[in-house]
Amino acid sequence: MKSLKQRQLINTCVHILLVGACLVSALPLISIFTYIVLRGAPGLSLHFFTGLPQPIGEPGSGMGNAISGTFVLLGIASGIGIPWGLVAGIFMTEYRDTRMASCVRFSAELLSSIPSIVIGLFIYEQIVLRMHHFSALAGGLALSIIMIPTIARSTEEQLLLIPAHIREAGLALGLPRWKVTCHILLPGIIRSIMTSMMLAIARISGETAPLLFTAFGSRFWPESIFEPIASLPIQIYNLAISPFEEWHQQAWTGAFILALFVLSLNIATRLVMRQKEPLS
Amino acid sequence: MVKGPVAHRKKEVHRGDWLFAQFIQAGAMLLIALLLALAWFLIKGGWPAIERYGARFLFSSNWNPVLEVFGAAPVIYGTLVSSAIAIMIAAPLSVSVALFLHAVAPPKIRAVFSFFVDMLAAIPSVVYGLWGIFVLAPWLRSDVEPWLSEHFGFLPFFQGPFYGVGMLAAGLILAIMIIPSIFAMCSEVFRSLPVTYKEAALALGATRWEMMQIAFLRAGKRGIIGGIILGLGRALGETMAVTMLIGNRDEISVSLFSPGQTMASVIANEYAEAGSSIHVAALIEVGLVLFCMTILVNALARIIIRSDDAI
Amino acid sequence: MTSIFLLGITLSCSAAFIHGTGASFPFPLYTKWFAEFQKLNPEVKINYQAIGSGGGIRQLLAHTVDFGASDAPMTEEQTLHADILHIPSMVGGVVLTYNLPGIPSGLKLTPDIMADLFLGNMKRWNDPRLHAINPELHLPDLPVTIIHRSNGSGTTLILTEYLAKISCAWKKGVGAGPAVKWPVGLGGKGNESVTSLIKQSPGALGYIELSYAVMNNLTYASLANTENLFIAPTVASIHAAAKASEALMPDDLRLSLTNAPGKDSYPLSAFTYILIYRKMDGAKGQEMLHFFKWAITDGQNFASKLHYSPLPESIAVKTMKALGRVSIVW
Repeated sequence: MKSLKQRQLINTCVHILLVGACLVSALPLISIFTYIVLRGAPGLSLHFFTGLPQPIGEPGSGMGNAISGTFVLLGIASGIGIPWGLVAGIFMTEYRDTRMASCVRFSAELLSSIPSIVIGLFIYEQIVLRMHHFSALAGGLALSIIMIPTIARSTEEQLLLIPAHIREAGLALGLPRWKVTCHILLPGIIRSIMTSMMLAIARISGETAPLLFTAFGSRFWPESIFEPIASLPIQIYNLAISPFEEWHQQAWTGAFILALFVLSLNIATRLVMRQKEPLS
Repeated sequence: MVKGPVAHRKKEVHRGDWLFAQFIQAGAMLLIALLLALAWFLIKGGWPAIERYGARFLFSSNWNPVLEVFGAAPVIYGTLVSSAIAIMIAAPLSVSVALFLHAVAPPKIRAVFSFFVDMLAAIPSVVYGLWGIFVLAPWLRSDVEPWLSEHFGFLPFFQGPFYGVGMLAAGLILAIMIIPSIFAMCSEVFRSLPVTYKEAALALGATRWEMMQIAFLRAGKRGIIGGIILGLGRALGETMAVTMLIGNRDEISVSLFSPGQTMASVIANEYAEAGSSIHVAALIEVGLVLFCMTILVNALARIIIRSDDAI
Repeated sequence: MTSIFLLGITLSCSAAFIHGTGASFPFPLYTKWFAEFQKLNPEVKINYQAIGSGGGIRQLLAHTVDFGASDAPMTEEQTLHADILHIPSMVGGVVLTYNLPGIPSGLKLTPDIMADLFLGNMKRWNDPRLHAINPELHLPDLPVTIIHRSNGSGTTLILTEYLAKISCAWKKGVGAGPAVKWPVGLGGKGNESVTSLIKQSPGALGYIELSYAVMNNLTYASLANTENLFIAPTVASIHAAAKASEALMPDDLRLSLTNAPGKDSYPLSAFTYILIYRKMDGAKGQEMLHFFKWAITDGQNFASKLHYSPLPESIAVKTMKALGRVSIVW
């Protein structure tokens, strides 16, 4: 057995190491935030949101196309991914102990571990090549596949949290199962489902890899979901690897907007979560 | 069969339920179908390459689009090494941070710090890449790599010219990106551990560090390992930040300063413009290997975490 | 968010939304063209994404875009199943840019030194052979960092084709192609990323399009041509290379300009091509044809300002003739 002094010495050293670890982990975070704000914020102007990219060397570039394009893509992805995820989540609770349910659960888990670039490959081969067009629709589909498992899992988790007697009370009143689920159970967890949707949207709004071969890119305002569309992450990527100083500046401002959007969604989610659920 | 009003009503009730059941079953089936379609597509798309190169594909280190010779060893190596660097840096850091916050720090600090780490998790990959190109890589080139080569240059890992971008940069950016996920897992594990362990250890006269070993590290071992493996899974498939920082070169080199290529980055770089159909097939096969690898790693993590729950 | 989504559905596809993709080499001039052409024809929108020449060819063959762009003419094998026209749009130069602190200009390179640099045989900048042809420069003791393209690229093809023409070792060991297995160096995606890698790495040597080098104030080397004269890449010397090869232009317009004859010719010059199907659809096809005809004629005036050379007269005439072969299918 070591002496008390030795033990205390080790204890102190470990504490120092732990504090050190915290500081080291915090450094990159601080650096990233500082750079995004310091280099990104000065480029902000109304024009940045309403302008379109200009030829190299000409002033007045904006990222209006990319910002609106990202919203369109998020809309398409949510339109497909959220209902689908909800349905899968409801299935997993309704048929909780069946083999099918565990199959679905397993599929959702596998789906969530697939790298997003592979999903981009898949959509390119199945949708883009068949439609003979890069399109916003293809990009939105790729993003929706990333959303589904997240939504499904949290729907299932939340539904399982509801006390059994609420479901039983509904059924005892002679309500059909679907009414119990759709009118009693789902409204009860609507807030948690909203938060998981917001988190899922926050997550996909920064996704770049699945959009490379699907949404592609465009210099123009989004017009149709069957045409290629610009998106913030892809535009930031293209600007970042470019050799022009003014484009780098735009990349930082784009990153500032994207980060601000994602972070505010996350913070909003926290605020919603902090309020009490009506049910549980 | 008795046909009466009651049975009739029962049937009616069932119709709504039947439709509902069909609907949610269809949605669930589609999800399974989607996964199967993905797997099938990867196998079918990669088949020409699988057929042509067989197992050599995994071990040959020659990736040469001109001669149409494709060996995935360099990209598999790049993926494994960059992820290994990331894990070696991120795992101790994130476990220590979680340990500090849960065993030592007051709740207020814990809340603030957890909030910031969550924000770190929310930052998009491409923003990390942007920061990596303009801040991390220049710093590595001008300060870190010369220092490493001066003091540890006898090791083969730290030799060669300083590019800034390369395996080391990719590993570092991955480390920064997976710290939040490992931290989140560890926090969850530590939160779920009974306080009595902690109190019992302290009551027996253990120092705080000994208490941490007993009540946190040993008790939460499986959860911690599971969390680290989940972090590994995330690092393996990460694309954009790595593509921006790894230097994009299909070659195996021991030095961490030298550029490399990962499975995800080779797809991002070459897929949209692969000239020949065998090149495309080779890239899809790389996708298949990546798919299998991440699924295995994630499954492993889940098995470890679940067996923990069982105990 | 749903309202934006609905808006996206309700707005119809406009007939003249033209998509193209491919080479990044002519990207600065192309974006200028699209902007200028739109000023004249506000209803025609041309969207171009610079993903690399290989991508231009692949996506054109996959029918995912309306036109492709490539610095490398397509191979016989690629055009076997598709009726594709090559439209040379301008002449460009590939320059060897370097990042050597203290040497703002004036590096000269001969073919065999170039081959050795790219093969990795010459590892440091203070090599005696380099010093022998650059006696007035004080070359630093820095390792040579080769920066190359990581993706399929016509710029790579131009350089590797040239190296294969002048060096047996390169021809045997590496070969020519839009994407090759590089003996040494660091890869960047696109002209853009190669340029930024060069800017960031002291001791770097890379190859990019002339206009990228000029716009970024990068320094570039003069190369020895077939007459053994050191020629700096300029619009004039690129134009001279095209002019000297004018007579050789075949009817399908596929011609290599690397190592071109003539004493004023810059050896790393090349045509850059727009690739289109000979049969094009209705209104969209007509607008595209309209644009290409404009680009070959009036559009050429924008070239030299962005450091590309306009097509020599006789080649522009030949190209217009080729465009006449396009058939519009209604």
